[in-house]
Amino acid sequence: MVNTKVTLSGLTLDNPVIPASGTFGFGYEFADIYDINILGSISCKGTTKEPRFGNPTPRIAECTNGLINSVGLQNPGINKIISEELPKLSQYYKKPVIANISGFSVEEYAYSCEKIDKCEQVGIIEVNISCPNVHNGGMSFGTSAKSAFEVTKAVKAVTTKPVYMKLSPNVTDIKEIAKACEEAGADGISLINTLLGMRIDLKTRKPVIANKMGGFSGPAIFPVALRMVYQVYDTVNIPIIGMGGVSSARDVIEMMLAGATAVQVGAANLVDPFACKKIIEELPVVMQHLEIENLQDLIGGSH
Amino acid sequence: MKQGIYSVVSNIKIAKDVYKMILSGDTSAITAPGQFVNIKLDGFYLRRPISICDYDETNITIIYKVVGQGTELMSKLDPYQKLDLLVGLGNGFDISTSGDKPLLIGGGVGVPPLYNLCKQLLAKGAVPNVILGFNTSYEIFAAKSFEKLGVKVFVTTVDGSSGIKGFVTDALPLVGDYSYFYTCGPLPMFKAVYNATATSGQFSFEERMGCGFGACMGCTYKTKDGNKRICKDGPVLVKEEIVW
Repeated sequence: MVNTKVTLSGLTLDNPVIPASGTFGFGYEFADIYDINILGSISCKGTTKEPRFGNPTPRIAECTNGLINSVGLQNPGINKIISEELPKLSQYYKKPVIANISGFSVEEYAYSCEKIDKCEQVGIIEVNISCPNVHNGGMSFGTSAKSAFEVTKAVKAVTTKPVYMKLSPNVTDIKEIAKACEEAGADGISLINTLLGMRIDLKTRKPVIANKMGGFSGPAIFPVALRMVYQVYDTVNIPIIGMGGVSSARDVIEMMLAGATAVQVGAANLVDPFACKKIIEELPVVMQHLEIENLQDLIGGSH
Repeated sequence: MKQGIYSVVSNIKIAKDVYKMILSGDTSAITAPGQFVNIKLDGFYLRRPISICDYDETNITIIYKVVGQGTELMSKLDPYQKLDLLVGLGNGFDISTSGDKPLLIGGGVGVPPLYNLCKQLLAKGAVPNVILGFNTSYEIFAAKSFEKLGVKVFVTTVDGSSGIKGFVTDALPLVGDYSYFYTCGPLPMFKAVYNATATSGQFSFEERMGCGFGACMGCTYKTKDGNKRICKDGPVLVKEEIVW
């Protein structure tokens, strides 16, 4: 009998598989087709202080082994998420969830995190300082060690739950940013968010996406994500949630060997709504095949 | 929504760049005309959303236009090849509001979802009239299939090479009274139909989608009733909620 349990900042997950923010909504679409309680946890749709429509459409472009999105943090705002979305999700999902918070100023991050911290069903707060879609927004916080430090510090000052900083890969040195978050008191690091990318339509000769550029995700970015998880594991002493193109149980195991304690699945949910379920079912089989007894023992095993 | 493996029964060209494919498999997830399927294709990451033209207990018929590499690949699929589909996506048309004499208005590749709608309207005792608009005569398809259902069909072509010369709205005066309308087609046609019609109606929208089942917020449309996902809360929106 293999053991798929992992412990993340004191929170024991039945398995390390977590759907990534923005690819799972608040879970209802998936609750219709399978029992989402099999998931290790759920990283909820990115939340901001005010409601947001997001970017103009088209927001989606296809790529080889991936896609670009520029949804732009469409969400009903922190108040509605606390009063409507989380209670609705609690009817379907009985385990602690990961709240995902974005903001456009240090104060906004602190405001939303302080509010979400009081929600019982939230186990971890994931702070997105990396969304590449919003002009003058999250991007700038995640691209400088100084501002990443400031956001972390401000959020930690008003919260009691574990805070994971979600990093942008669009930086010169990911290690420096991760280190700054750790020094400011972060309990963990989530990485990577999407890579900034674009596509041009050959017929119209214009960018496919209305916002011109967007975040590139999918299997194509897996090696980049893996490399960054590996580098950050060498740099910090706090747990890592690894993500970026994870599409199979083998990817989960590889991500854990690089240094991840838990793993998020993003783009795969959009092309196969059963992706997380399949990965969770596949995991014990692959573990047996690879003679892995305890998944937890794998973390950072390649270093 | 259901995911399943479907087998190509036939896949034939019916007009310039337009193909009709019949797929066999589980159709139990389809609950209304105007819903769509999302098709996984080898070598492409995202699925292709295509409206359902017709369906019965065992088969789904889709009519699609080759507009890019994905639909190009689809056009080359042979019978017996297998496809991974998500089926029963979107809200579809609501036939309960049709009244006795609904009008169906289709433009180009927006025509297909109106076919099963027409059958269901007839089955409930309504008498639909149909306007189908195309650019030119060799792009015309489906007109005969509608006629075979026993409904009156008005065909328009922009260049006048067949039927009434002009746009679908140019056929409106010939139709006479109608109780309600249903439409699917390109955005400029939608705006013309919106302004030219006297009754309420339903519009089936098209948008670039990520997932096709409401998870990614890639296809959001702003309406008078708030943000709607074209894939999940749509593709059908009612006239009164649309903001141009």
